[in-house]
Amino acid sequence: MNSKKWDKVATGVLYFIAGIMILILAFLLIYILVNGLPHVSWHFLTSSAKSFQSGGGIGVQLFNSFYLLFLAMLISVPLSIGAGIYLSEYARKNWLTSLIRSSIDILSSLPSIVVGLFGFLVFSIQAGLGFSILSGALALTVFNLPLLTRNVEESLNTISESQREAGLALGLSKWETVLRVVIPEALPGIVTGMILGAGRVFGEAAALIYTAGQSAPPLDFANWNPFYIASPLNPLRPAETLAVHIWKINSEGIMPDASQVSAGASAVLIIAVLLFNFGARYISARVYRRMTGGQ
Amino acid sequence: MVEQTNKIISSNDVHLFYGRNEALKGITMDFNESEITALIGPSGCGKSTFLRTLNRMNDLIPNVTITGTVKLHQQNIYAPDTDTVALRKEIGMVFQQPNPFPFSIYENVVYGLRLAGIRDRRQLDEAVETSLQQAAIWDEVKDKLHESALSLSGGQQQRVCIARVLAVKPDVILLDEPTSALDPISSGQIENMLLELKDQYTIILVTHNMQQASRISDKTAFFLQGHLIEYADTKTIFLNPQQKETEDYITGRFG
Repeated sequence: MNSKKWDKVATGVLYFIAGIMILILAFLLIYILVNGLPHVSWHFLTSSAKSFQSGGGIGVQLFNSFYLLFLAMLISVPLSIGAGIYLSEYARKNWLTSLIRSSIDILSSLPSIVVGLFGFLVFSIQAGLGFSILSGALALTVFNLPLLTRNVEESLNTISESQREAGLALGLSKWETVLRVVIPEALPGIVTGMILGAGRVFGEAAALIYTAGQSAPPLDFANWNPFYIASPLNPLRPAETLAVHIWKINSEGIMPDASQVSAGASAVLIIAVLLFNFGARYISARVYRRMTGGQ
Repeated sequence: MVEQTNKIISSNDVHLFYGRNEALKGITMDFNESEITALIGPSGCGKSTFLRTLNRMNDLIPNVTITGTVKLHQQNIYAPDTDTVALRKEIGMVFQQPNPFPFSIYENVVYGLRLAGIRDRRQLDEAVETSLQQAAIWDEVKDKLHESALSLSGGQQQRVCIARVLAVKPDVILLDEPTSALDPISSGQIENMLLELKDQYTIILVTHNMQQASRISDKTAFFLQGHLIEYADTKTIFLNPQQKETEDYITGRFG
């Protein structure tokens, strides 16, 4: 066979592989949405779960997921940006920084259940935080921080050295160059990584089972005092999230409509994760346009 | 006509090492105010390295050691208490590859000023117009100042980069092969612009293009293997070089 034919064969094989990937993804999405969406209603999204009767919702779990996500990002975003800037812009190449990089890589490949058990021992037991949103947020930080840090570092690394030279040659200090030239240019990539990280955290269950807990006590949405035990904002209350809820229903749910609740919750979860992904593209494109002054 | 020549930069016995490799082997030369000086020589001769010692850009490269002195306005810029940030405001630099920031043309030009704390809109507008006019690109971009600088051609980008340097009003402008990535027409525009600018600025230019050196520079320095071989009026260098190496290089026998 000549090279032209081989080229066609190779192209065909690649298309076939890509097609399989898309089919699997499409099948999963359609299956989850078709099964789940009929059970999703405003009532389902806003009412609290029921343990023994049918008709329970996921309102509290949905709120918990978002609140936990918010707290986890609140802790991990500044830390990862700081660490990423250090690694990309300031760290010299020596054994210490390569040790840091290896540690980050190892940390990022830890199974999330291990992170969860670590969080349980350290945050829930040792630090005395118990099953709480705060323990969960800290565990999620451990889970998420390495990936976010790497993302920040890599986004900064894609900025060409000539841009840093331009800044410095213009009489900007190193920090000004990083802050005013390198970071703005890397911002679309950083924002994308943050939002994708948020999606990953949103769907995380294993790291939360033993940290944020598996119970979702009813919340009093009329009292937003964070020190009140039933307040939605109280960071020290146990908080089952949507993903944990799905896991729990499927392993030990005894309500009559367990499979419907699980299907509906899965559909909501997957829609939320999809929104994060599309949101990431949209927002980073907007950020980029704003930065570059294009229309 | 008696030309008033004032030394603005003078280097004395500058040696530079990359690790153990000596890239500059004792460069001593003075640069006059309001002149264009061209640094020529084959690749790897040290001319760009020397240019980058003048605004201490080599500091950014790890394992570089520099000895000797470089004086700007009689002050040694390698003195321990030198503020390199302030130094680089006095000595601007333009690079081989146009490197505008991926922001609007307007933002590119005012970047240095904004960071110097200038907020007044009118002052910034004025600086943009003046600098872009000096860089001979105002007419081409005045209607699209708020479009991305990346949408411009390479030659236009390079002139925006020059405007960006001019906006912070340096005394000296270093250019490191500023036209080697550009087409002949864009190169010609930049050469003409440099000739316009030399009354107000001291210009030091590294170039591979000997016609360019002979067309626009007042003085030319020939570098070879880390040594300054010959430094004289451009006419002398090109018509009556004193050193055999210079003559060989100019006549194209090597390099």
